[in-house]
Amino acid sequence: MDKTINQKAWFLVLPVFLVVAFSAVLPLMTVVNYSMQDTFGNNQFFWNGVGWFKELLDPSTDLGGRFLASLGRNLFFSLVILAIEVPLGIVVALSMPREGWTVAACLIILALPLLIPWNVVGTIWQIFGRPDIGLLGYVLNAIGIDYNYVSNEVDAWVTVIVMDVWHWTSLVALLCYAGLKSIPDAYYQAAQIDGASRWAVFKAIQLPKMNRVLLIAVLLRFMDSFMIYTEPFVVTGGGPGNSTTFVSIELVKIALGQFDLGKAAALSLVYNLIILIVCWIFYTVMTNAGVERKVQAASEPAAEPKPSAALKPVTALKPKEGVA
Amino acid sequence: MHSIPGRRLIMGLFLIFLLLPIYWLVNMSFKTNSEIVSTMTLWPHTPTLQHYKRIFTDESWYSGYINSLEYVVLNTIISISVALPAAYAFSRYRFLGDKHLFFWLLSNRMAPAAVYALPFFNLYSAIGLFDTPWAVALAHCIFNVPLAVWILEGFVSGVPREIDETAFLDGYSFPRFFIKILVPLIASGIGVAAFFCFMFSWVELLLARTLTSVQAKPIAAIMTRTVSAAGMDWGLLAAAGVLTIIPGALVIWFVRNYIARGFALGRV
Repeated sequence: MDKTINQKAWFLVLPVFLVVAFSAVLPLMTVVNYSMQDTFGNNQFFWNGVGWFKELLDPSTDLGGRFLASLGRNLFFSLVILAIEVPLGIVVALSMPREGWTVAACLIILALPLLIPWNVVGTIWQIFGRPDIGLLGYVLNAIGIDYNYVSNEVDAWVTVIVMDVWHWTSLVALLCYAGLKSIPDAYYQAAQIDGASRWAVFKAIQLPKMNRVLLIAVLLRFMDSFMIYTEPFVVTGGGPGNSTTFVSIELVKIALGQFDLGKAAALSLVYNLIILIVCWIFYTVMTNAGVERKVQAASEPAAEPKPSAALKPVTALKPKEGVA
Repeated sequence: MHSIPGRRLIMGLFLIFLLLPIYWLVNMSFKTNSEIVSTMTLWPHTPTLQHYKRIFTDESWYSGYINSLEYVVLNTIISISVALPAAYAFSRYRFLGDKHLFFWLLSNRMAPAAVYALPFFNLYSAIGLFDTPWAVALAHCIFNVPLAVWILEGFVSGVPREIDETAFLDGYSFPRFFIKILVPLIASGIGVAAFFCFMFSWVELLLARTLTSVQAKPIAAIMTRTVSAAGMDWGLLAAAGVLTIIPGALVIWFVRNYIARGFALGRV
């Protein structure tokens, strides 16, 4: 489907442009402005040039030390939860019942954690993990494991990670499930005739079909875990000490806690830049994946039926059209 | 669909893992505070509705739910109505800067809310919207509008182009075509997009809390203040938490077949 060139389409996009510009560009300009200045209260500002940025990237200063430490913690956190959630999500998606009312029931229960306000997710785990009133903390302590997420760093980390696995594995599972559903039965029948093993079916049919959704899942999970704020804030408050202080928590502490506008703004910009770079990689990889797909589809003989495209004509080939 | 050995067991265990913490919250919301603190009980031995009663009769509590719903609904309406024409434009036309615009929208969905908390506070204070549902509704547009554009674009692209052309040949004007033909055709898509806007606005706390103080304080913020205040009213906190889960649980039913697609931003 070729798109027609029509510059008047800008009028249709204008409302979106205005709304997002109002809530994204204006605040960002404020941030840029603040990042170059220092303030001593009373709304008096002093030019500070790139001073904050220098400090931010220098681990020997207080600001830089805090930023780089929280960045390291955040990256570690993101990697750990990806390493757990992606395989677990695939396994759960493969374990979905095939038909009947159980499908709907499983889907609804899977989606449930995704719809709970983030601070309530924190509250749930805060309560669940407490040694005195929470089931998890109580049971762990009863069987002899000394578990207390308030005072022990390792326990705090385990709690935050398990909470994130609880909260977001369903997202990976739901995406993989959607990918699996688009595989036509004919593929499995062919595999059966060939006598393919369970593992071969997974590697040759299911995994390639899940490629795209997995990519989306990995990148969404990476971004969202990189911006995580509310859940660990409610459970651990960034502690004990600073052990679970992630970048967003550090930023809010500096911006709204200390009201250190210049430092917070500089941190914001660097933080945003990292996200933007990752986002760009995401976008490019997705776009290229779409193009490859189109090339592949085009090189196949035209007479051969393409069941996957027939099943999901709406979105199967979508991204590169809107994007490429 | 091919499945793996032991799938029932795996699924069962995972669902238990998901439900257990939620069960614990529900369990606690029906307990008296003395039962919570004094003994470890797997179900409420002296069940009580006192916490729920308190929330439904105390204005400082139930007004939080109303405030939250207010900005969530406002945000959903704004997001969908600006996103619809844009989704059509991205789906049907090529225009100057379209790809850059799309990437820019994408990048806003990914921007950390913490970065915007302070500038939003300044911005909305300056224009006198601070502590109104409008401030939060507009602020949440930053991630909901791009989301709505993406989801809707997927659905609009599913409508064959011939339908547009036939309508225009039949003499439909653009607005009339849009409202009379396109919108009914992608009604389910609008439903899904609305659901996701509703959801992401409902679960967000940082911006909602920063942009409100008294009048428009969302339920989530009221809950956090209870946590930090002296004395833990665990039962009340649990009851408030349970009540925030209910709206989500109710709407999941309607979109259960589209959930995965929506989370993939309409691109599965």
